[in-house]
Amino acid sequence: MISMTVLRAYGPVVEGEAVVSGEGFSPRYDLDRWTGMITKPGHQLEGTSIVDKICFFPTAKGGIAAGWAFYDIKWKKIAPKAFVFGVTNPVMVQGAIFAGIPITEGWSPHPREVVKTGDWVLVDPARKTIEVLKRRS
Amino acid sequence: MELTPEEQAILGGGRGEAARRALEYQVEVGKFWGARRFVPVTNVHMMGDIEVMGDAGLAYLKQQAGSGARCAVGTTTNARCMDFAHCERLGQDLGEAKKEKELIATLRHMDVVTTDTCINYQTVYQPHLGEHVAWGDTGTVIYANSVFGARSNFEAGPAALAAALTGRTPEYGFHLSEYRRGSFTVDLKAELKDLADWGAVGKLVGESHQNYYAVPVFHGYHRTPGADELKHLGAALASYGSMGMFHFVGVTPEAPSIEVAMGGVLPFEKIVIADPDIQSVYKNYKLGDGDARLVVFSGPQQSLFEMKHLAGLFSGRKIKAGSTCIVTTNSAVLAQSRDLGYAKALEEAGVTILEGVCFYILQNLSPMRVANRWTNMVSNSAKIVNIIGAHRFNTILRRTADCVEIACSGVLK
Repeated sequence: MISMTVLRAYGPVVEGEAVVSGEGFSPRYDLDRWTGMITKPGHQLEGTSIVDKICFFPTAKGGIAAGWAFYDIKWKKIAPKAFVFGVTNPVMVQGAIFAGIPITEGWSPHPREVVKTGDWVLVDPARKTIEVLKRRS
Repeated sequence: MELTPEEQAILGGGRGEAARRALEYQVEVGKFWGARRFVPVTNVHMMGDIEVMGDAGLAYLKQQAGSGARCAVGTTTNARCMDFAHCERLGQDLGEAKKEKELIATLRHMDVVTTDTCINYQTVYQPHLGEHVAWGDTGTVIYANSVFGARSNFEAGPAALAAALTGRTPEYGFHLSEYRRGSFTVDLKAELKDLADWGAVGKLVGESHQNYYAVPVFHGYHRTPGADELKHLGAALASYGSMGMFHFVGVTPEAPSIEVAMGGVLPFEKIVIADPDIQSVYKNYKLGDGDARLVVFSGPQQSLFEMKHLAGLFSGRKIKAGSTCIVTTNSAVLAQSRDLGYAKALEEAGVTILEGVCFYILQNLSPMRVANRWTNMVSNSAKIVNIIGAHRFNTILRRTADCVEIACSGVLK
């Protein structure tokens, strides 16, 4: 069953475990690009791995360097399976497309109403939909 | 997207495999944002060094160079991760230094002008009103859009490189007039005597409005701000708010009045920033574990006037034993600073001047922090205190003269 629709999207269909953040994201400011862990002190997801996850972030933070960072983490096999943003910026999109990582922007309803960290979700960029396939047990 | 015959020819391989691949990628980006067409660009500024690109990026770059990649328009590079004269002393990886040299040679082979600066807008190229460019480093983009009235989106390294090879970029965002209208107003009642105060304004406004398309309209300020002040304001807005543009009534070219800057729409939200707001920003930075033995003037690189100011403040003084003070600038500013004696004054005080780099992207920075037992980093740049978090520094914003005092005393006030 479709849980969310998104406004814009790129990439193939992917499914994986959701990580839902209430705080925005930058792969440069917040991420350890050798382990795939969020390491910025005080980040809401500090200590969380985004490797192979479907990451929900409300906003994107700064950072032109993020563009190469996505390609770099994909190469190192520590990339997430998809980025789902409430509001993003061109760098995130340019970086994700360059790395071949699915990315979406704009959501309805807000993920806090329909998806929780640990749920198994499916992102379908062509249909601009996200489904929760299985709740975290 | 609507493609011109020339663009169709590029996609057909008429300008080689590298340009074809670049345009194919740009079409995907354009489609995501709903761009109807491409716009030609006159200038490209790209981020590309081994720290941000990694082995994957270098391999891609070499593949593109091998496929005949050549810049179609003037293209410069952003600050990089190594000053080769200092990398061994800083404990940077010599293997990575070798790759960085290879990377620079590859860029030059593609006709990229390796300026290694994040202040190209102060020292290299100043686009005019309405000129379409494709710039990377958020601080350069917000300055181009706001202060020059040029038109650019944030162009990440791969996107800027693609624009360099094709000479165009998808038309969306700040290339279109409707995205350049103000979103809300900011009445600047604060005194703002130091560059750090301007960064604090950027933090206050950016942090509370994290949206690329939010365009603040500043007004009411009691004097005309200078280029370095607007640089720190823009860098902080871009860093904290991911913003790509601001207006400053009576200062920036698309803001002769609030009404014009807002595109005729009445502001829905009005903010006032006064001196107590700025003070509260400084109060929220506390000394973490350890001591204040690292002071950094970087992010963005220092202009010639910032170098002059720092030279005056450090003249006749010494960095506290056991403390480190790092200043970064570009090769052009450093050459002039040497001629004018500013570099000498700084180096006699014990300041390390790094050329062509930014502190926050230094290769091996996390291990460097651990090896030097740096836990706190003090700076007058609101941008750098925001963006260095992943390296686990506790960061502290202070005014320029206070930073100098901390560097010379080892004591945080």
